[in-house]
Amino acid sequence: MSILTKSLKAVAGAALAVSLMAAPHVNAAENFKEPEAPKEGFSFEGPFGTFDQAQLQRGYKVYREVCSACHSMKLLSFRNLAQKDGPFYDPKYKNPNDNPIVKQIASEYDIPEIDPDTGDEATRKGTPSDRFVSPFKNDEAAKASNGGAIPPDLSVMAKAREGGARYIYSILTGFRAPPAGLTIADTQHYNPYVHGSLATQWKGDPHKVPLGGVLAMPPPLADGRVTFDDGRASTLSNEAADVAAFLEWASDPHAIERKQTGFAVIIYLLLMAGVTYIAYRKVWKGKH
Amino acid sequence: MSEHKSTYEPKTGIEKWLDARLPIIRLGYDSFIDYPTPKNLNYWWTFGGILSLCLGIQIITGVILAMHYVASADLAFNSVERIMRDVNYGWLIRYTHANGASMFFFAVYIHMFRGLYYGSYKAPREVLWLLGCVIYFLMIATAFMGYVLPWGQMSYYGAVVITNLIGAIPVVGPSILTWLQGGFSVDQPTLNRFFSLHYLLPFVIAGVTVLHVWALHVTGQNNPTGVEIKSKEDTVPFTPYATIKDGLAMILFLVMFAVFVFFAPDALGHADNYVPANPLQTPNHIVPEWYMLPFYAILRAVPNKLAGVLLMFGAIAVIFALPWLDTSKVRSMRYRPVMRWFFVLFVITCVALGWCGAQLPTDMVFSMGEDAQGNPIGLSVVLLSQLLAAYYFAFFLIIMPWIGLKEDPLPLPASISEAVLAKH
Repeated sequence: MSILTKSLKAVAGAALAVSLMAAPHVNAAENFKEPEAPKEGFSFEGPFGTFDQAQLQRGYKVYREVCSACHSMKLLSFRNLAQKDGPFYDPKYKNPNDNPIVKQIASEYDIPEIDPDTGDEATRKGTPSDRFVSPFKNDEAAKASNGGAIPPDLSVMAKAREGGARYIYSILTGFRAPPAGLTIADTQHYNPYVHGSLATQWKGDPHKVPLGGVLAMPPPLADGRVTFDDGRASTLSNEAADVAAFLEWASDPHAIERKQTGFAVIIYLLLMAGVTYIAYRKVWKGKH
Repeated sequence: MSEHKSTYEPKTGIEKWLDARLPIIRLGYDSFIDYPTPKNLNYWWTFGGILSLCLGIQIITGVILAMHYVASADLAFNSVERIMRDVNYGWLIRYTHANGASMFFFAVYIHMFRGLYYGSYKAPREVLWLLGCVIYFLMIATAFMGYVLPWGQMSYYGAVVITNLIGAIPVVGPSILTWLQGGFSVDQPTLNRFFSLHYLLPFVIAGVTVLHVWALHVTGQNNPTGVEIKSKEDTVPFTPYATIKDGLAMILFLVMFAVFVFFAPDALGHADNYVPANPLQTPNHIVPEWYMLPFYAILRAVPNKLAGVLLMFGAIAVIFALPWLDTSKVRSMRYRPVMRWFFVLFVITCVALGWCGAQLPTDMVFSMGEDAQGNPIGLSVVLLSQLLAAYYFAFFLIIMPWIGLKEDPLPLPASISEAVLAKH
């Protein structure tokens, strides 16, 4: 029996080795560049990370001036901007609807409504409780203006893509000329960070298919595209980093509160575990 | 222990009055205070209590979520996001519920492997094991339907893939499929009935759990030696001994739970499920939640759809048959020097099947060059899945019955007390 046991041990070891070897395996069908953070990093990453309010304000400006021309954010209301940890949060205004900056922003939009006296379509000035205004009336209009592709809603974009804010930053800064040998349609734009497969469009060595894929979206940002009010240089990287941070906040607006609550909960549980362990030792003394 | 006599003595007038009419306090006292537990139970035994905690957490958070959730194909996704954004502490409730499912499965897998290793399914605990298998099956159904409710891309396509498995049944399959989906595709009727059943099944699980605990209290707990309780020396009363140990384990389990909920709430999920369901755009990879990946790998291991479906359900069915497949006279693998290694291999197989379930079947685990057509040669995921699935079934159907007859078990201790003393 001992020989059998030994050989079984060997088999089990080999199986474990195979499963470990397989772990750093690269996905064959989809090849893409791993998303990167901007050089200065993202302030909200990690268990202690928090949003940089000035960055969120700049990011909102990028969204408003550039992205919002095509992309909706239907899940957000103007009042969200003035919530705790939001871009325009001001501790003076506990109720975000009272925040004057956000009131001002909302009032710059016309919101469609029905005239209560006549039933006719009309518009009124926006209030903080209104949702962000979508660029297109419906999906068909969005398609018609964008060559058949609907620009996706950005409300939860940072959670809807692997890599989150890093992915968004990388996509926005990652557009480049397609490598020679790659056939790209006029309506397509090459980006090495896109999750895609370019094998069918590639003429060269099948082992060297370029990383990435194509997007219908042309490069939306460029140096000088948005002028920041706080004097930050309006480079492509800065614009992309700021809007990525804004979208990260928009996707998960309670992230900071969540992490802070987490510390309290875990410290409490560990203290309780300590007390319970002492009680456990006392109860079981002499029984083991 | 069936022969355990109730020692409850009602002291106050109210207790005496109630005890003569509905001895519910006596039931609680006999089950959770005076109940004799083997004194050598290790920490693997704390997962039963942890699982009841998980069920409680899921039901409480789930009932609250149902107050805000809207089971409509047009509104479901946004209603979940509304919970995350606007409901007070909605993010906490929803993340607890979503990660709670993973924690529940993590705990149930440890609980099942523990039962497997220590032979807790063997006579006279067959019914106890069967009830546990029923709970596990209900958990899979509940978790699957729950994952559909947010109506994201993975929700939708998960529902499409899984319900379509039924369509593989010859002759009646397509009709049953239409009946299940409530139409000719996964749509509003499917979502509505999944919500209804997702709300119902946890209470069925709670009911079967009561039976599970009842069966446990009839036969008494198994223990790491697998030797039955012989005298009072072998046991300690449930309270305070088991309660404090279970309590400590629950708190430590909650620490791990909290790390996920507060610091990596989406780590176990899939980014695609934050994209609203779109019947016209199939995601690149349709992957179930991690706890179903081993079965998904078995499903995809065979090229024939019906065979895959049968194998997948067979993989669960075979767990039910376990008490009658094990021929060994010894319960605990602690005293089974050969079987123990097949068990280790089985655990590795299950983990590896899970890994395979997350890959594309055509992916290579490792390749050793190419053939003349330029196709890679080597170990593909589908081939590895086949090998692992073969071992999965062989473990139950061949190794269990065969090794049980052939193996020379190590000498068993005379009693639990003797085993405990021998350790010191």
